[in-house]
Amino acid sequence: MNDFEYRAPASVSEAVALLVEKGERARVLAGGTDLIVQLRGGRFTLDRMVDVKGVPELNQLRYDAAEGLVVGAAVPCYRIYEDELVAAHYPALVDAARIIGGIQIQGRASLGGNLCNASPSGDSIGALIALEATAVIAGPGETRSVPVEQFCTAPGRSVLGPGELLVALRLPPPKPRSGAHYLRFIPRYEMDIAIVSAGVAAVLSPDMSSFVSARVALGAVAPTPLFVTEAGAALAGKPISEESIALAAEAARQAARPINDMRGTVEQRRHLAAVLTTRALRGAVARAKGEQVNGH
Amino acid sequence: MATKHHVVTRVNGEEVEFLCEARHSLLEALRETLGLTGTKEGCLDGNCGACTVTLDGRLMDSCLVLAVEAHGREIQTIEGVASPQGLHPVQQAFLEEAALQCGICTPGFIVSAKALLEREPNPTEERIRWWLAGNLCRCTGYDKIVRAVVDAAARMAEVKG
Amino acid sequence: MANKVLVRQEFKVVGTRPIRHDGTDKVTGRALYGGDFSLPGMLYGKVLRSPHAHARILSIDTSAAEALPGVRGVVTAKDLPRPEEGIADVGEGAVNLRFLSDNILASNKALYKGHAVAAVAAVDAHTAEAALALIKVDYQVLPAVVNVREAMKEGAPILHESLRTDAQGQKGTTPTNIASRIQFAKGTLEQGFAQADVVVEREFETATVHQGYIEPHNATGLWSSDGQVTIWCSTQGAFTVRDLVSQILRYPVSKIKVVPMEIGGGFGGKTVVYLEPLAALLSRKTGKPVKLVMTRTEVFEGTGPTPAASMKVKMGATREGKLTAAEASFAFEAGAYPGSAVGAGCMCAFAPYDIEHGKIDGYDVVVNKPKAAAYRAPGATQTGFAVESVVDELAEKLGLDPIAFRMKNSAREGTRRIDGPIFGVIGALDCLEAARASDHWSSRLEGPNRGRGVASGFWFNIGLQSSCTISVNADGTVNLVEGSADIGGTRASIAMQAAEVLCLRAEEVKPTVADTDSIGYTQVTGGSRTTFATGWAAYEAAHDVLRQMKERVAKIWEANPADVTYEEGVFGVKGDPKMQMAFRELAGKLNHTGGPIVGRATVDPKGQGGAFATHIADVEVDPETGKVKVLRYTTVQDAGKAVHPSYVEGQMQGGAVQGIGWALNEEYFMTPGGTMANTSFLDYRMPTTLDLPMIETVIVEVANPGHPFGVRGVGEVPIVPPPAALANAIRRAVGVRMTRLPMSPGAILKEMGTV
Repeated sequence: MNDFEYRAPASVSEAVALLVEKGERARVLAGGTDLIVQLRGGRFTLDRMVDVKGVPELNQLRYDAAEGLVVGAAVPCYRIYEDELVAAHYPALVDAARIIGGIQIQGRASLGGNLCNASPSGDSIGALIALEATAVIAGPGETRSVPVEQFCTAPGRSVLGPGELLVALRLPPPKPRSGAHYLRFIPRYEMDIAIVSAGVAAVLSPDMSSFVSARVALGAVAPTPLFVTEAGAALAGKPISEESIALAAEAARQAARPINDMRGTVEQRRHLAAVLTTRALRGAVARAKGEQVNGH
Repeated sequence: MATKHHVVTRVNGEEVEFLCEARHSLLEALRETLGLTGTKEGCLDGNCGACTVTLDGRLMDSCLVLAVEAHGREIQTIEGVASPQGLHPVQQAFLEEAALQCGICTPGFIVSAKALLEREPNPTEERIRWWLAGNLCRCTGYDKIVRAVVDAAARMAEVKG
Repeated sequence: MANKVLVRQEFKVVGTRPIRHDGTDKVTGRALYGGDFSLPGMLYGKVLRSPHAHARILSIDTSAAEALPGVRGVVTAKDLPRPEEGIADVGEGAVNLRFLSDNILASNKALYKGHAVAAVAAVDAHTAEAALALIKVDYQVLPAVVNVREAMKEGAPILHESLRTDAQGQKGTTPTNIASRIQFAKGTLEQGFAQADVVVEREFETATVHQGYIEPHNATGLWSSDGQVTIWCSTQGAFTVRDLVSQILRYPVSKIKVVPMEIGGGFGGKTVVYLEPLAALLSRKTGKPVKLVMTRTEVFEGTGPTPAASMKVKMGATREGKLTAAEASFAFEAGAYPGSAVGAGCMCAFAPYDIEHGKIDGYDVVVNKPKAAAYRAPGATQTGFAVESVVDELAEKLGLDPIAFRMKNSAREGTRRIDGPIFGVIGALDCLEAARASDHWSSRLEGPNRGRGVASGFWFNIGLQSSCTISVNADGTVNLVEGSADIGGTRASIAMQAAEVLCLRAEEVKPTVADTDSIGYTQVTGGSRTTFATGWAAYEAAHDVLRQMKERVAKIWEANPADVTYEEGVFGVKGDPKMQMAFRELAGKLNHTGGPIVGRATVDPKGQGGAFATHIADVEVDPETGKVKVLRYTTVQDAGKAVHPSYVEGQMQGGAVQGIGWALNEEYFMTPGGTMANTSFLDYRMPTTLDLPMIETVIVEVANPGHPFGVRGVGEVPIVPPPAALANAIRRAVGVRMTRLPMSPGAILKEMGTV
């Protein structure tokens, strides 16, 4: 691979300045588990790599009952799943963080990097969409926030403009009687890319008998992670039952517009979209009721 | 660009310094520059774990870490696992359980397993398998590796008394 | 979860479990593998590979690459001697040499994506890589054919204009991709099927899979100014590397030394050469040592996968469960050049059974994929999958227990295989009996979507040449030098056989794997021959030591050498119990009683005994996703004699798991244009720790009369049964019979009619 300049700024403004200067020829390094592989594989060349792990804002992991959760863009997966508050309030985030690569990857890869890589199958993205996360973006202009479901624009492409940097992900505090679950389907039991994934969050009625609202996100069934509003709409106000869940699963199947590739076929992916939506919804409901649900 | 970075770091408890280019991985620096060839290259994309080391106590695939990032950090490699007093219990268990065949994945497995047992002295089989899923072995079918880690846990418990 | 050894014959050292001699180096990171080797002033090489699966090479311009600062040399096929030159017989030999040579560097055609076209040596690997991008190759892209059935069709793109089908010596007359057709027959097929009450006939396919060793291919070459060539590499056979490099470079074997470094897995894939001739060529061109290491993508795209196969099997049995006839047609992808393992596949296919009437056809077919290399029991896994699936279906149709059905038809001593050989003492039935008696088989498997499958397998094992020397140290230990690459504990299993003869402990025999200048010719570590044949050489060399030591004792005592005895580590003389000298004592006297003693032996044994295995698999299939979970797995295998049972178990477990990977998820995912889309371990899905249960083992010991300790060889056969065992288990779990590998979740869902 071609050599490049390595810079490790200590502040957001310094990082932005370094990125602005080189535009498309600069990239942000957090965990590097996608970036370094892509660079080595010759997918692109760089003039400058900006290592943001020394920027405090990108390393924060903070939970507050009123404000919710802030996950710095460079926080590696292990910090997510080893954090007791995150585990208690955002188990679906832990579902995702503990299946990204193996233990070595989790020591380095970040949810922020996973989002910026903008892969249709990115494991954290479905969970983040379900949990209503927003991306906090710094850049040459004003700092802005973008809902995660609007962050990815095409495979490998996002709303990040020249010189812009993902600083953190903000997740609202979990609503009362809510639960969320993230599941993916892979042919192996670890170290794999999702054939299809589903992230689901549901809010239940005070008597726990019906859905107040739900958010369903699918991965690997479209050019970007898909926020399936139809599936959520199908559940709002419906009783908690297999019939209701089946309606949402059917909406997910309908929304999926996958491709055939080495990881799966169109038919298989549509089918799995429904299966995983069903299973993730069951898990989300169980969690909303305070039951323990294993990640996988 | 021939800019070289001066990296000062600690490897297996000793301070070392070296020059590297930004594009050099930590794996390259360990193997080519420092001559620490116990850390192996298997895939160069973080999918086999043969190059596993710890960086500030965390397991990493050293092929996915830039050498320059090691500045001011603490690295442990397979070469630092045994002590002058002898093999680490994990190494001894691998030998006695015949948990290696060709041996190319063995350094990575031992570094990973040691990190697990330092955190969790008595892991279940399921937990061992989860922890080691990022290390591929093509020879053993993992059975004897899992047994060796269970055995090493018992040895370490014994040492602690 | 037991590991059982059904011991029949006890020895002092053979059959015990000492710590392997090379173990400490390998758990401390000190062992030096090929990629760990370096020399002062060494250059780094990289290989330019064809981006097309099939293309004519019109021209190669290396000038820009050569001009890049830091580049020291570039080679193309023009730097290789033309194979036809200087060969009197421009026939088969020259053609094979041309194929061999062209696979190292393509001359006029690139025949697969990843085919080496040029190689660069530069001051560092990054510069060499940058230089590759500057080499201009003008290709005329040709239509590619990447599937065996397509390649056999009339009008298919032809890889080699000169290729004619060799049908048992009869040459075809028109260009073809069918390199050869072989046939084996026994009895009268029609008669056999006429006797059958039930006949099952099915077609099967298996995908291209890779051996998947974790260590990429590597080689370092030094062409010295005196013409001596040294190559350091990871190989299963240093002498094979020497011979192949000699042929490809038309350079005398006496001027080539191959130093076998530690090897990080091979499974058959490191019995051939790729980088070794290039390292030598680049060193000759640059005057410096040159090292090349492949990337994982290069390993997948440029080195030996195992052949995909298209197969048809028909078998008949009587109502009582007696097999009457078997017919099969096996077409294997050879890759870009002829030479798949279809022959071995044919030989092993029906070997577990005594069948009176049979016919087997085999086709070796070239396609635009990398040239296939051996992979553990080469050919037998593919054909075994087909045959054992049909056997299972017959048992099912007849309402018979699958083990009982196999036992009723089991091959035994005296059974003649369809391909001719008559079995000597074999353990086919013993394996089935041990499987039936296992904890696993007698346990109950309950719950929905669960099923248990069983399958058997066979590998004939091989002998071939090995050499060994043993020198006696003054402290009563010995140094053993042998030429077999140690991929999985064979230093130990070889040293133990010498220790047994010498009445020493395993630790008192110190084994070294030597380079080609330092030991006699030794064939590859492969075919399950190493513990059998090199172990035999060690046995003979140890006896040679004893013979010389007895002579020395006789000289010291002025006794008749024929009267000298050696028992329990002590020399004595018949009829005189007072005369005693321990091995160690004599060892200390050697230098001043006539000089040092070195035992030596070379062997080319023919007495290899075939190995059988029977596996039992329990699976659960998720009917909504098609995903298979292996719940429990047991391998039963006849080792003849397990020299080091731990490493025999390791071979059984590792082979079984490679078979499980092959069965469930591994495949080359080829685009129609002939590009492998999944060239990383992320998408080429080998089993991880989490994909497997513990692998239970039962070692059966039916001594091979053709070996001093009864050794058969254990490495190959455990990969054979898993695909059929799992397919048969899946059938019982969810009712579908899978006839294509891999049995991936998507394939199972499709077969179940879900998608």
